[in-house]
Amino acid sequence: MELIMKDISKSFGDVKVLENVGVHVKDKQIHALMGENGAGKSTMMKILTGVYKKDAGKVIINGKEQEINTIRDSENLKLAFIHQELNVLREMSIVDNMFLGKELKNKFGLLDKSTMIKRAKEKLQLLGLDINPNVFMKDISLGYRQLVEIAKALLLEAELIIMDEPTAALTDKEIELLFKVIRNLRDQGVSFIYISHKMEEIFELCDEITILRDGKYIGSKKIKETNFDEIVSMMVGYDMDERFPKIEITPGEVVLSVKGLTKKRKFEDINFDLRSGEVLGFSGLMGAGRTDVMHAIFGSVKYDTGSIYLNGKKVNISSPIVAKKLGFGFITEDRKNEGLILDFAVNSNVALPDLPNFTDKGIVNDSKISKTVDEFIKKLNIRTPNQHIEIKNLSGGNQQKVVIAKWLVTKPKILILDEPTRGVDVGAKKEIYEIINELKKQGVAIIVVSSELPEVLGICDRVAVMHMKKIKKIFDIKDATQEKIMEYATGGGK
Amino acid sequence: MRKIGDLYKKYGTVVSLMILVAIVTILNPRFFTMYNILNIFKQVSINGLIAFGMTFVILTGGIDLSVGATLGLSGVILGWMISTGTPDYIAIGVTLVFGAVLGGMNGVLVSKVKLQPFIATLATMTMFRGITMIVSDGIPFMGLTKNAPMLDYFSQGKFLTVPFPMLVFIIVLAILFVILHNTVFGRGVYAVGGNEEAARLSSIPITKIKTLVYTISGLMSALAGIILTSRLSSSQPTAGMGFELDAIAAVVIGGTSLSGGKGRIFGTFLGALIIGVLNNGLNIIGISAFYQQFIKGLVILFAVILDRKSNA
Repeated sequence: MELIMKDISKSFGDVKVLENVGVHVKDKQIHALMGENGAGKSTMMKILTGVYKKDAGKVIINGKEQEINTIRDSENLKLAFIHQELNVLREMSIVDNMFLGKELKNKFGLLDKSTMIKRAKEKLQLLGLDINPNVFMKDISLGYRQLVEIAKALLLEAELIIMDEPTAALTDKEIELLFKVIRNLRDQGVSFIYISHKMEEIFELCDEITILRDGKYIGSKKIKETNFDEIVSMMVGYDMDERFPKIEITPGEVVLSVKGLTKKRKFEDINFDLRSGEVLGFSGLMGAGRTDVMHAIFGSVKYDTGSIYLNGKKVNISSPIVAKKLGFGFITEDRKNEGLILDFAVNSNVALPDLPNFTDKGIVNDSKISKTVDEFIKKLNIRTPNQHIEIKNLSGGNQQKVVIAKWLVTKPKILILDEPTRGVDVGAKKEIYEIINELKKQGVAIIVVSSELPEVLGICDRVAVMHMKKIKKIFDIKDATQEKIMEYATGGGK
Repeated sequence: MRKIGDLYKKYGTVVSLMILVAIVTILNPRFFTMYNILNIFKQVSINGLIAFGMTFVILTGGIDLSVGATLGLSGVILGWMISTGTPDYIAIGVTLVFGAVLGGMNGVLVSKVKLQPFIATLATMTMFRGITMIVSDGIPFMGLTKNAPMLDYFSQGKFLTVPFPMLVFIIVLAILFVILHNTVFGRGVYAVGGNEEAARLSSIPITKIKTLVYTISGLMSALAGIILTSRLSSSQPTAGMGFELDAIAAVVIGGTSLSGGKGRIFGTFLGALIIGVLNNGLNIIGISAFYQQFIKGLVILFAVILDRKSNA
């Protein structure tokens, strides 16, 4: 199938997420789509598959312009989208998953199981999978589930399959098998759009690549005619101006030392030091293990081996309660599920970690809370009508500032910020950087986990790069470039 | 509909109660007399106390099915102690502690063993009822208030003209109100029900909080068991059967969300009164017990539907 998406634009409210982007996938081609988080890849694919409606632009399939308004429409046009977090029902069999919502019936209106099993088997064999379709989804490996999803797409006679980070959770062996299947299908006439952050994969598998940045089309290249460096610089090519108001401070003593921290399947042999007044960045791809390390340090998940030293003394951080007592603060990545209680008012959210310090003789002193919260609303410039509003009514950026405020109230000595500016607009981002700088001045030791390279380079003093559960390299920021970080994050680098 | 929902959220339970009282009074003026109102409070106090404990549990997103069985077992333990000559003030104290321990066990099963509250308390409910039968051999302890003045006071006592059970009911409400709305523990109860993961990462001691709410629930059930035993002057091994459902009904009618994090203990107080007024009022009007059941069910249904609307 040949697919052309042309001049596609899309806004959510006032935010332009796509501006005149396009892609040209040729027949029998594996086409890579690359860009940083938030570049607009997913939005573009959701438009193609009828999840979102485009504001402007054209979708042309095999030379004919098409309107795609629903997922059904896209299926009828023989498009299939295999999502990163696979939509499988674990407690159902392979065949039931493959025919979900499209079950075959016999003349009595009952399920025609034998035909379904026969056809499922056919498709699975086409992929070189000799597996019983009656096996439950939960009993096969992630790699196989991925292949079952492809088989399901073939059942719909899909001619273009979109895959979003298919290898994120796969082993090397499974990846090999997946690639073999993809190449085979391409040779039989199926086109692919392949979304991935892993550079080596793209060079191994794909024929052509299109790069997006900040919702704009940057360019397309034949894989044979390009190289690692060119693509990285196309992806990250910001000009670094005042977006990062960095201040220089000589860091103090080592506050936190992490030695040999390991948790099976999550992270391995993590070692680093953190000084007061220092900002240490953690860079890496999704699933590299950064967030898990932070949770382990904060005591919210257990680790297997290794040790953590605070001011030279070994500490056992068995729970977030202990962590808070030792002076840790943790601004979690997932604001809605881990950071906030959405039904609570702004003030209740802010006061939550430090409640015991807002009491007189065991009774919560609400006026004391109210005073402190007002202070932080002013200090962090949180835009809210008042502090009694339920937090779910605030914008993402303001919600994020509330999460930060919540931990600043506890006066932490070590503050971990996991993706502190995700889903936050540019203005609020800068304000968050200024808060980080202010804390740095006060001698707080800070860890920033971030997938945005310009951000890491802009605000950190050093940066640890993780790849496949390990720290591959710790750069002084003056030695680091986006290209170098990307190299280590994707498994390259010496 | 949203507006109506909002209004209902704020004043709905009070208004419903007032309308209910007005209707019953019009149909039979004998309802609205001091004597009858005090009587209603006396009747309501048992379900009300259990419902207070249940409110804490439900606010954390849990449920306690074992309250009725805890009441039964506490009553039988109390009856056994008194009939074997234990002074009543000691027996009452021990019973309260005993109830709290039973509740604490539920708490540990939910917070430490991490069983689903429904399953954990379903199992302990059955176990507690079994122990009750074993201890009592299925036979009630009778004549308990004869030589037990303090126990007797729990049903016959009056403080100024206020019956003692009603007084207990009101005082416990006041204490629990302060605990729920003005202490760190109380805020934690809401936080755990609102978003357990966020609460945990905010260094809220969720294990402790969950254990404590079931402990409170057990304590309240034991207290209700003492009042019931006192009123009957005997402890029936079957006492408290089905009480968990009335308690849950009171909590829900009072506007507390079964998914946790939202609700007020004063709402439960009103919810218990609504159920009490329904029982008493329908009797006074002369509606048969069969219809009473049906009407009670209808009221619960409406309360939940309106609660839905206000959350939509």
